[in-house]
Amino acid sequence: MTRDVVLKAEQVMRQVSSPDGPLTIVRDVNMEIRARESVAIVGPSGAGKSTLLALLAGLDTLSAGRIWLAGEELSALDEDGRAALRAAHVGFVFQSFHLVPALTALENVMLPLELRGERNARDRARDMLARVGLAARAGHYPRQLSGGEQQRVAMARASVGEPAVLFADEPTGNLDSVTGERIIELFFELNAAAQTTLVLVTHDRELAGRCGRVLTMDGGALV
Amino acid sequence: MRMLAMALRSLRREWLSGELGVLWFSLVVAVAALTGVGFLVDRIGHAVQAQASEVLAADARVESPEALAPLLRQHAQDLHLQSARLTTMLSVVFNGDNSHLAEIRAASSGYPLRGALRTAGEPFAAGTVTRSIPLAGDCWPDSRLAAALNVQLGSTLTVGALPLRVSRILISRPDQGSAFIEFAPALMMNDADLAATRLVQPASRMQYALLLAGDARALEPYRAWFEARARPGEHYANVADASPQIGDAAHRARQFLSIAGLVAVLLCAVAVAMSARSYVARHLDSVALLKTLGASRRFVLGTSVLQLVLLAVAAALAGALLGWLTQLWLLRTLAGLLRTDLPPAGWAPAFIGLAVAIAMLAGFALPSLLQLTKVPALRVLRRDADPPPMRLWLALFPAVIAIVGVIYATLGQWTLSLWFAAGFAAAIALLTVCGWLLVRLAGRARGGAGLALRQGLANLARRRGGSVAQIVAFGLGVLLLLVLTILRRDLLHDWRTSLPVGAPNYFFINIPTEERDDFRAALLAAGAKPERFLPMVRGRLLTINGEAIDKRPGHSGMAEREQNLTWSTELGDDNRIVEGHWWRPEDTGKPLVSIASEFQESLHLKLGDRLGFDVAGEHIEVTVASFRKVKWDSFRPNFFIMFPPGLLDGAAGSYLTSAAYEPRSASALTELVRRFPSVSIFNVGDLLAQVRSVIDKAVTAVQSVFAFTLLAGLTVLLAAVQASRDERRYETAIMRVLGASRSLLTRSALAEFAALGLLAGVLAASSAALGGWLLARQLELHYRSSILLWVAGVLGTMVVVAASGLAATRPALNQPPRSVLN
Repeated sequence: MTRDVVLKAEQVMRQVSSPDGPLTIVRDVNMEIRARESVAIVGPSGAGKSTLLALLAGLDTLSAGRIWLAGEELSALDEDGRAALRAAHVGFVFQSFHLVPALTALENVMLPLELRGERNARDRARDMLARVGLAARAGHYPRQLSGGEQQRVAMARASVGEPAVLFADEPTGNLDSVTGERIIELFFELNAAAQTTLVLVTHDRELAGRCGRVLTMDGGALV
Repeated sequence: MRMLAMALRSLRREWLSGELGVLWFSLVVAVAALTGVGFLVDRIGHAVQAQASEVLAADARVESPEALAPLLRQHAQDLHLQSARLTTMLSVVFNGDNSHLAEIRAASSGYPLRGALRTAGEPFAAGTVTRSIPLAGDCWPDSRLAAALNVQLGSTLTVGALPLRVSRILISRPDQGSAFIEFAPALMMNDADLAATRLVQPASRMQYALLLAGDARALEPYRAWFEARARPGEHYANVADASPQIGDAAHRARQFLSIAGLVAVLLCAVAVAMSARSYVARHLDSVALLKTLGASRRFVLGTSVLQLVLLAVAAALAGALLGWLTQLWLLRTLAGLLRTDLPPAGWAPAFIGLAVAIAMLAGFALPSLLQLTKVPALRVLRRDADPPPMRLWLALFPAVIAIVGVIYATLGQWTLSLWFAAGFAAAIALLTVCGWLLVRLAGRARGGAGLALRQGLANLARRRGGSVAQIVAFGLGVLLLLVLTILRRDLLHDWRTSLPVGAPNYFFINIPTEERDDFRAALLAAGAKPERFLPMVRGRLLTINGEAIDKRPGHSGMAEREQNLTWSTELGDDNRIVEGHWWRPEDTGKPLVSIASEFQESLHLKLGDRLGFDVAGEHIEVTVASFRKVKWDSFRPNFFIMFPPGLLDGAAGSYLTSAAYEPRSASALTELVRRFPSVSIFNVGDLLAQVRSVIDKAVTAVQSVFAFTLLAGLTVLLAAVQASRDERRYETAIMRVLGASRSLLTRSALAEFAALGLLAGVLAASSAALGGWLLARQLELHYRSSILLWVAGVLGTMVVVAASGLAATRPALNQPPRSVLN
């Protein structure tokens, strides 16, 4: 793997069992993503986009093939090893935000830093919240925030640890178009500032078009 | 440190957001139920013990035919035990030319250590309680002696060489009913006068007793110390040894309270298991997210366990406080029944409550928590990515260990514990299988039902696993409550039938054979209802299978004493043969014997053993033909040792009977004493009143404990309903989005919960009937089936579950659907 490749997939396959026998959801995926690159994975529903994202981020295990993330081969790591790798190098933004309901916006943003054991988590999280325009909502709980605000908190949480790779799964899927556009602006702005590698799964052609490279999936394979 | 900070922050936040309410509340109620019951049982135990101790006039006695060494009393004082001396002997008492054999009772100050003396100005009067004993130079003859010698206050009675002034008439003393070997009437005098009577001679038959009272923790070491150095003839007696009647009542009360407490504990376990499951279900997403963000399994488990431990400690403290306050409140309601001078309950129940709460958490919550660590991080993208199903042994093993441990710790008796555990396990298995079948049936039967009912039944059937789990939980709660109700009813019924209003209150002893018929006629004429007349002869057990009794290791005082022996053709309905057979016509005159189970246990006898007795100087050898369980609290004439008729007929000295008798006046009894001067009369009314008082207290305690268990059960039901609330909110919202009206949703929820309650109720009521029957057999209660209770159990469960379910789903019905579905 060359030095500036942060994510590499080789003959990746994912099968699940079904009543009709094994079902292949992702097949023969080979790809390389370089540092600071932004890549969109698009395709119809059921094409295997989210499964591929989960495999690339080490959230799911491979049936065959190999994946390297930030220089580490994922299939050689156990669950805790992959968790440690994510803590150090990965950020996530989800379609349904996935904020911890029991924690405030500020505490949600602090979480990745705290998991890494960093000391100035509170100050950095506060700065990051200010950058997404939610300084005034730091003490609010997720249920007290609108969808757009929740996604901004999620972005702040994903970016605060300055991850090498940021994965995003339909980040605007749960937002109306106006809010979605604002969120996208913010997303790319943060990404550009941090020079993070971005891997994005989306249905949204316009959003995909803003990425440096677009990969299309169909029937579980890149086409 | 990071873990602790995370656990603390998360705990605080979840607490503020109300997420932890159900788990915390169920833990608090669990601990409160446990400690409340524990504190109450502790105090009631003291009350019953204290009341029972009155029969001995002490908590324990050391007795000997030889003067007791001063060291015995000194050691009692060293252990901070209260003590008093009591010396008894038989002697003739003179009033001028009149004389009568009496039992002289010389007591030191402090007597009685438990209970109280009642005295009056005339014989057989009601009397008043006194805290003193006769002053030196005074004496108190009892009613029978005063009547027989025709004395009034101020008369002088001569005891041995000492004239004593009659200052009061002794109406009752607490220890008069402890044994019926005291044939003679009694005279109480001061211990200080004993030497001056000059009755204490080497040949005189004296009985020396050292009365002891105090903390059980001091009495036990005293007993151990005493038994290690006891001389022949010296023995130690406590309540259980001295009075089978009180011993039975106290034992039953404790056993029943323990079972009631145990029911509360098991309900707590159900609540904890349910709450832990819903806690884990709520945390699956958060844990998956934490893992996505890079948290290790150790970190996830560590923070969760820390949170739970913090929660448990907080709940245990609050629960123990609540339990203690509850116990105070219960004591207020029991005011007048419980002695106010009882020492307060110890802190032991609080610590035991905490220990059991932790055991319950470890047994019931830890397996669920371990599941949390197995949540795949993938769940953040795919909501159906659940942790792998829990291994059965992991789910069951800690719970079974916790249950068995707690059952044994509570009941302290393997047989009963095993019966209880077997019943409990069988109930769970039965409820699960039947619940599964019924849910399947309900799902299939919904075809013809209206929309709401169909929807409700469909919900039941679709979440089959969840429904069965809830039926088992509801069913178990109701089952335990119903078993308790059945046992309580049977126990009360048994106690009441064993002490009917017309229970004998007088014992008549020493009725000469030739006066037996006249005496029966006199009793009937006086309006009394005499029980059976049994012949009585004194005898001493000398050998067992040819071996001298005093050579046997561990022989007890019971065998050393002279025994009262009898013979009879009839067994009596207060006696039950537990082994062997009762006399058949061909047994008449054969050398056989029937032994009461207490005597059997004391001497480790078995059927076919040969016992050698000395009866009036004659040696007879008999074979054990049966063992009997005697209901001593029937207050009818009963004997440890019974022979077949025709064996000892020639030796009959006198007869014994008891009767329910309400004398029209004090003088009526005096008349009876004068007409039959050799007959000894014992008023067991006072003893009966003591036993009734013990039973009253025990019943009140049982009802209080029962109320607490009911509360714990209701809380479990509510916790179970709340556990599935999130899921219901989501489904209700979807239904509303699809256009379901509020009324339809309400009816659908009602149908679902009523069906759930009906199924749980049917299973619980049916299993309770079975479990109650089994337990009643084990506790030797009389089981009576009741259709009413069965119907009430089913309907009650249905109403409670339906009402709780509706109450719990109300917030979901009131919530705008978008807030749930966005």
